[in-house]
Amino acid sequence: MRMLTFAGRTSKEILRDPLTVAFGLGFPLVVLLLLSAIQGNIPVSLFEIQSLTPGIAVFGLSFMTLFSAQLIAKDRSSSLIQRLYTTPLTAGDYILGYTLPLVPISVLQSVVCYLAAILLGLEVTVHLMGAMIMIIPVSVFYIALGLLCGSLFNDKQVGGICGALLTNLSAWLSGTWFDLNLVGGAFKKIASLLPFMHAVEMERAVLMGDWSGVFPHLWWVLGYGFALSLLAVIVFTKKMKK
Amino acid sequence: MAAIITKGLTKQYKDVTAVDQLDLTIEDGELFALLGVNGAGKTTTIKMLTCLCGPTGGDALVKGYSIMTQAQDVKKMIGVSPQETAVAPNLTVRENLELMAGIYGCDKDRVTELIEQFDLNAIAGKRAGKLSGGWQRRLSIAMALVSEPGVLFLDEPTLGLDVIARSELWDHIRALKGHITIILTTHYMEEAESLSDRIGIMKNGRLLRVGTAEEMKAAAGTDKFEEAFIKLVKEGR
Repeated sequence: MRMLTFAGRTSKEILRDPLTVAFGLGFPLVVLLLLSAIQGNIPVSLFEIQSLTPGIAVFGLSFMTLFSAQLIAKDRSSSLIQRLYTTPLTAGDYILGYTLPLVPISVLQSVVCYLAAILLGLEVTVHLMGAMIMIIPVSVFYIALGLLCGSLFNDKQVGGICGALLTNLSAWLSGTWFDLNLVGGAFKKIASLLPFMHAVEMERAVLMGDWSGVFPHLWWVLGYGFALSLLAVIVFTKKMKK
Repeated sequence: MAAIITKGLTKQYKDVTAVDQLDLTIEDGELFALLGVNGAGKTTTIKMLTCLCGPTGGDALVKGYSIMTQAQDVKKMIGVSPQETAVAPNLTVRENLELMAGIYGCDKDRVTELIEQFDLNAIAGKRAGKLSGGWQRRLSIAMALVSEPGVLFLDEPTLGLDVIARSELWDHIRALKGHITIILTTHYMEEAESLSDRIGIMKNGRLLRVGTAEEMKAAAGTDKFEEAFIKLVKEGR
């Protein structure tokens, strides 16, 4: 109950900043349109809509990392949070209270992305629904990453870390822009140990209707999502007591 | 019955002792003002009593619960209005109160009751961030009272307010006297003198003196409380 009340407050804070929400929803749309335009003007098949869309849907969630990091970092510097620290709310209540309102926004973002892809030629199949549902565990990972960063750093620092560093990491190590097999070696090894590539591979498998291809990628995404959420709770608890 | 008992309460930051062996008892229903110059240890004491930070020595009982081992129970017993106006700026006045009511599992009737009690009806639908400083402070105190706490902590409640807003807030604080234990920190001597049952003066983390305003004035040999405060702090007696 306490957690849901806090989640309700977070939802209101988010929805009353419509510009940020609109930018979040439109972010993958812009990238998708841009890359589709590039594909239309080059002779090689680099950004085919069928494999590009799941990658962009996942990449778009890096905005949720930035968003959640800023939300929690900004809150941490406010006097309201000092008041809330004196209430029976626990660190788990805070982390879940920040996560829950951001999940539907993430799903909405992927819906916008897939709808735009349909207009650009993506085949409409029942698997689209699956792809939009499977974005949920991916979004939990991205949100948890943001909450961990927002618990560790202040609101100025998270802009650089989540906005530039993590967005680039998510882009380059996900296999969205190029086939990771082409690079191979240590680069591919590192990418395979991180969840970005697994999230994209999982989305691609679902979109193709290859449900067996979801594994083991789903375990990587769930594992990272759970571990980062737990870490965020631990770090948030420590920061609460400082 | 005592609302707060501190026993050797200490907070050490590396080589600085912010609060040093504080022994203090505050009775139920009492309005107790904690005074001291900057760095005296008032805010650190409040932070420890409200479980915002743990002591490095000693313990305190708030309504019988230890801040060391029963922090969650302590948090259910207290209401806090921090130094800065701690409201959610994008939520309306009513939503701010409902937020606190939801966290403590209180009835929504309590929100309506507080809106009436603090004359917030006219601004109940306004976003808190758009209110004047005086109204925000009033809301901040109302938020601290949502859970009907046994102990209310008011950290510099009238800091930066104009004379009228301060006077109105004093009326609201006076109306609470006797019904609830209030711990007030302030830099305004007339505020402490006018509102408090007893006053504690802190210096360098230690409790210098505890008593009524009259007792302080008598001890300092003056009839002005501000002069008495200055004299007691300077002489450190």
